Amino acid sequence: MPQHDVLVIGAGLAGQRAALAAAEQGVSVGILSKVHPVRSHSNAAQGGINAALNPEDSWESHAFDTVKGSDYLGDQDAIEIMCREAPEEILRLEHLGVTFHRNAEGKLGTRAFGGASAARTYYVADITGQAILHVLYEQMMKHSDDVDRFEEYFTTALVQDDDGRIAGCVARNMRDGTMELFTAKKVILASGGNGQVFSPTTNALICTGDGIAMAYRVGAPLMDMEMIQYHPTTLAGLGLLITEGARGEGAHLYNAQGERFMERYAPNKMELASRDVVSRAEQTEINEGRGFPDGTVALDITVVPRKRIQEALREIVLVGRDFANVDITKEPIHIKPGNHYVMGGVRTDIDGQTPVESLYAAGEVACVSVHGGNRLGANSLLDTLIFGRRSGEHAATQAKQMSMPRPSTAHLADEQALIAEITGRDRTGRRVSEIKADLGAVMDKYAAVFRDEEGLTIALGRMRELKEEAKTVATDDKGTVFNQDVLGALELGFMLDNAECIVMGAIERKESRGAQYRTDYPDRNDEEWIKHINLTRNGDGPAISYSDVTMTQWEPQERTY
Amino acid sequence: MSAYTLKIRRFDPETGDTARWQDFDVDLAPERSVLDGILQAKDREDASIWIRCSCRAAICGSCSVKINGKTGLACNTRISDAAADAKNGSIVVEPMGNMPVIKDLIVDMDAVHWKKVQRVIPWLLPEGDPPEREYIVPAESMIDITQSMACIQCGACVGACLSLEVDPDFIGPAALAKAYRFVGDPRDGATEDRLVDLAEDPHGLYDCTHCFACVEVCPKDVAPMNQIMRMRRQATSDYEIKDNNNGYGHEKAFVGLIEKYGTLHEAQLLPRSFGDGSLVKGQTDPKAVKQLVEALPTAIRGVKSGKVSPLKALIHHKLPDQKQVRRIFHEIESKDERLELNMYIVGEVGGSNPDLDETAPAMGETGDEG
Repeated sequence: MPQHDVLVIGAGLAGQRAALAAAEQGVSVGILSKVHPVRSHSNAAQGGINAALNPEDSWESHAFDTVKGSDYLGDQDAIEIMCREAPEEILRLEHLGVTFHRNAEGKLGTRAFGGASAARTYYVADITGQAILHVLYEQMMKHSDDVDRFEEYFTTALVQDDDGRIAGCVARNMRDGTMELFTAKKVILASGGNGQVFSPTTNALICTGDGIAMAYRVGAPLMDMEMIQYHPTTLAGLGLLITEGARGEGAHLYNAQGERFMERYAPNKMELASRDVVSRAEQTEINEGRGFPDGTVALDITVVPRKRIQEALREIVLVGRDFANVDITKEPIHIKPGNHYVMGGVRTDIDGQTPVESLYAAGEVACVSVHGGNRLGANSLLDTLIFGRRSGEHAATQAKQMSMPRPSTAHLADEQALIAEITGRDRTGRRVSEIKADLGAVMDKYAAVFRDEEGLTIALGRMRELKEEAKTVATDDKGTVFNQDVLGALELGFMLDNAECIVMGAIERKESRGAQYRTDYPDRNDEEWIKHINLTRNGDGPAISYSDVTMTQWEPQERTY
Repeated sequence: MSAYTLKIRRFDPETGDTARWQDFDVDLAPERSVLDGILQAKDREDASIWIRCSCRAAICGSCSVKINGKTGLACNTRISDAAADAKNGSIVVEPMGNMPVIKDLIVDMDAVHWKKVQRVIPWLLPEGDPPEREYIVPAESMIDITQSMACIQCGACVGACLSLEVDPDFIGPAALAKAYRFVGDPRDGATEDRLVDLAEDPHGLYDCTHCFACVEVCPKDVAPMNQIMRMRRQATSDYEIKDNNNGYGHEKAFVGLIEKYGTLHEAQLLPRSFGDGSLVKGQTDPKAVKQLVEALPTAIRGVKSGKVSPLKALIHHKLPDQKQVRRIFHEIESKDERLELNMYIVGEVGGSNPDLDETAPAMGETGDEG
């Protein structure tokens, strides 16, 4: 039975950073991931990572941009920490070997990004997330003796001891189907977001909100779950991402009439306004009939010099070529807003601690909250690294003063029984994939860029029906070796918990702020709604409560770009 | 929507049965991928088909398989293209080669790919303490190694490598490309040690046979073979590492013979490759004599097959205008720096960003060569 001082669930940037930081403190560390770590979705972060590293720039400016971007829903103490610690983190990554772009003097060079008042995005072509993820994995290989890796282990549930403290988890070795009880003094969730709840989405198939749901199931509050980011530039149909870096490099947006429509929505920042602003602008153009027949607008990257495209936007040249049959160096590509990121998640403090004892969360699974109502581009990598590290350090320090908990092995038996029960079912209804497709379509229809009470209520009703249906879903695969089918059934359950909370939060917030735009409440309402919505499990559904937004030095202002 | 048939190789270790082929009919728009086809078959007919997949966008590196015999990512192979290549109308999908199959389309990458990556000491070994701020390095050096950094560890090259098929111990294209990511990194302090290690390994740098399979199948243009060749040039020309595998001698002999004759003098290539790339030095080296004797069967096969004749072995013809070949040699050797081919960077010089205009000429040079 594996035992660790600190156990990390998820091995993307937040997870690997947390594991390495904890190991540096000299405690025993384990890390579990349902995919090989380099397959993690941090890979997909293309554009870069923000830091006020230039002497002319300041962390205060970065922090203000982030606060404004969050539409004043972000907690300013956490934002200050993130922006203050960003430069040191970038340098640390550089020293570990990340191949950051250099300027002519050989120093770190930057590119412009949305919602930022300075060019402070550091990058590796348009594979920044991949480059950092692979370099962290190099460090994981280097420190193989210090961090036990459990690759292709699917965590099915968090485990509590008799006092309600988190004491580990149950995980299934996907290779042979064996299940084990992992005991740990501290557990850090770093399992990423929940984009698969929507269809289409830029998110990978693995982004099923497992950690969010598992935390919710042990009583951890979820915060600001209604804040779902729709990225302005995704491919229609497939939902694949075209980096904001394209606009950072100078690309323009046009409607079908050839108008550079951002002039009407954000005359100063144009295409580089906050993502929520650009996505709403695009969706307005499309809804009002100025889009293309396929429900899109055009992103014109041809204004960027061809050589620069090849050097800095290479990945999206390939995305255009392989997935849209478009040579982006020669012609515009059709794009639309698409599901991309969840600003909400498991509520944590600035050290990653959740209100449930011994449970931490970092990265997209968490809500610190540094992104509030809308995340700025290139702040997500930063979030994963800063709060991954802080969680790892804090958990390790605390673990040193604790004895190893003794969770009951009944937890393991329960999870084994659950899996046996699922694989033992005979098919009476639809497959996992059909329910999932239904879920994604409902969410994209009612919980996307524009929302209203009527639609959200329909969505909530559908969620509850799907939850019932999912309770009896059967699998084709009855085996133990790489039985993805049964894990898919578990993921479906996680996704439905996520979806229900997203919709409940969206119904509750009766105003428009950040990514939440309610056509029935089109204005921001600072008097009543500068507060976080917390959802805590109560029987079969969530109970709602509120918590304060921490303000340090920035009073809410009107938000224009 | 168009109709396609996927012929998928199924294998379930739990049944004890041997692998079998199973056909699945799918209908998809022609621009969708083979992965979309497999997922549709999974969703509609049989959810027990297993393939690793996640991002659907050729970035996570999970879904390498063999499609109609060619290794690649299922997610960025268009199903209509695959159908056009298919014999007998069915798109054949099977697991990658060179790695043990675990189930259906899943292979054991840990046992082969990751083991080899671990072999090349895949982390930066800087010299001394890091600077207070960033390391100052040429902009083009970072773009250069970003080509191997772009590797998504999908293993397509490993699955397609012909040298690995012959020598399973070969470090292989992906791990060697990873090695170049450090050899080419000016921040790494162990360049020579790394090159010596890889050159001396009998399954290392000189085990690649230059067949281009890895270059062809790589979905990210990493061109692993090019990285291997660049490390060879560094090992021989920059560090003069005279390795036990005669890689050094072979390269010297090859280049020397071309300079002299314009075409490859096959009969002399073998003996000259021993020792120092020279026939005389090679044969006087006691170690080389033993190796020469061992190479005799190869020479005899060459004579038997007519590849070399005793007469040609002595008198090899020169190109009619051998002076031009010498001129090329002179031209290249008169440069201060070796010209390196980096096919990753292409396109014309120029840019609107002043920060980049500075670096553009340097990049342009590389680009022009590509």
